[in-house]
Amino acid sequence: MSYLQYFQIPELDRRLLKVWLRNKDVFMKNVKLNFLPPFLEPILYLLAMGFGLGAFIDDIDGVSYAQFIAPALIAVSVMYASFFECTYSSYVRMYYQKTFDAIIATPLIIEDVIAGELFWGATRSAINALVMIPVIAAFGLIDLKYALLIVPFAFLAGLLFACIGMCFTALTPNITVLEYPTLLFITPMFLFSGTFFPLKVLPEAIQYFAFAFLPLTHIVRIIRALAYGSLEVSLISSLLWILMASFLFFVLSMNLMKKKLIV
Amino acid sequence: MVTINHIIKAEGLVKRYGEFTAVDDVSFYVEEGEMFGFLGPNGAGKTTTMKMIQCISPKTSGILEVFGMDVSAHPREIKKDMGVVPQENNLDPDFTVYENLRNYSRYFDIPPKEAEKRIEELLDFVQLQDKKNVMSEFLSGGMKRRLVLARSLLNNPRLIMLDEPTVGLDPQARHLIWEKLRSLKKRGVTIVLTTHYLDEAEKLCNRLVVMDYGKIVVEGEPEQIIEDHIGTGVVEVDNNPKLVGCLQKSGLSYEIIGDTMMIYTNDPMHIASQLNMECSLDKITTRKATLEDVFLKLTGRKLRE
Repeated sequence: MSYLQYFQIPELDRRLLKVWLRNKDVFMKNVKLNFLPPFLEPILYLLAMGFGLGAFIDDIDGVSYAQFIAPALIAVSVMYASFFECTYSSYVRMYYQKTFDAIIATPLIIEDVIAGELFWGATRSAINALVMIPVIAAFGLIDLKYALLIVPFAFLAGLLFACIGMCFTALTPNITVLEYPTLLFITPMFLFSGTFFPLKVLPEAIQYFAFAFLPLTHIVRIIRALAYGSLEVSLISSLLWILMASFLFFVLSMNLMKKKLIV
Repeated sequence: MVTINHIIKAEGLVKRYGEFTAVDDVSFYVEEGEMFGFLGPNGAGKTTTMKMIQCISPKTSGILEVFGMDVSAHPREIKKDMGVVPQENNLDPDFTVYENLRNYSRYFDIPPKEAEKRIEELLDFVQLQDKKNVMSEFLSGGMKRRLVLARSLLNNPRLIMLDEPTVGLDPQARHLIWEKLRSLKKRGVTIVLTTHYLDEAEKLCNRLVVMDYGKIVVEGEPEQIIEDHIGTGVVEVDNNPKLVGCLQKSGLSYEIIGDTMMIYTNDPMHIASQLNMECSLDKITTRKATLEDVFLKLTGRKLRE
């Protein structure tokens, strides 16, 4: 079989919005509970690490430690939100709840379902960013000049992690195996993408590796610039990297899921 | 040539999974307004055939048309006018009864006002009005099945596909589902179902096929099939070696199953008294031949899977 079949460009239909709406409706049923983690997590992290641990750190690149990690906390939350939405949550809907089966008995086809799931994952990332920005702003750790741009950017970044997550969902033989991408991919990124310390303290080879293969590196970089209120032209390279990777993994995840579900 | 309105038409339909042929060169048709059954042991290819008709499993080869449209070319158009009750309930556990239906109505582009009206009607139809705001996972098995049936009717389908609609239900719930299916049929809806309950098939279906090993073994109206393969009646007697000789002399068609002998005949009363006199038997049961007799005769008694 040719590998090209995994790179067929999928056609998007407006009906994918109905799948998005289904997930939104479920989210809104527990909206208060769902808003709690993005509200509480930055407070806890900022208190413990930003101000606790940060008391022993003079400054990083001219900003306080709390100010340094605050944008990274948003980036990490953006990653977690869509990645877990499109791995564990999608897997549960697909395998245990048979939600996908129910949907494709209607005029919707499987491509609509997967695309709807991916855009919903991206939406969850954007929601998290939207909740976290005022919390972090309340600590005085964010420049409000470009802060709101973080929300649409979080949607794009979220889409990338949604698509990567969906690839794992398509490939995993069962739900327990999903722990491996979390352990081997998500957790290292959480720690080594310029999140809690600057990348430049790492050996040069690892820095190149991070820029080439760890999406969070680029996302932290852009959110940090937006949060500091200081944009520079060189950020375009990170934005392009994210756009290209999103497109690639979008196409790949759609084809992998089609292959898995259409038998 | 008379043109009959064929809702489903399959010719030389084949479905292969790698080396395994699940549906092997099958041809059949379903007419508008009839109730049509797929029968057969586990693994016979019934569900696979159903899934191909539902446009969710692509055919390997052959012709398969629903509403006169090719299933691979027009899945969205076909599914728009089809209702599906799957083997396994797949209600949305994140939603209440009402929310399940409202959410599902969106997939069919039913305008909200119209959906509201249909949901109320359907909740009355399947008698779930008082469970409207209960989370679907807290419903009993029978209620879940009724809700799935209601959900399959949201789009006013021309054709409903039911895979084992009454499996695991108590007699009350089964009878309620049957009643609902009959009233749908009266409204002119075409119904296709699979079932392991042969009494169900005998009661409900105008026409049916028995499948085995991916092929259609027999096709026709239930009574006709019984008459062709068994006769109208069955005489059951305890198995004993003397009887075999006695039966062979009389030239009757019979089968030995464990310690019972089954004699297939159109005149069970006469045969029973004849056996009573000639072979001096005391335990004789006569009964009507059923679809179950045909099924076991055609597909054998060996356990599947």
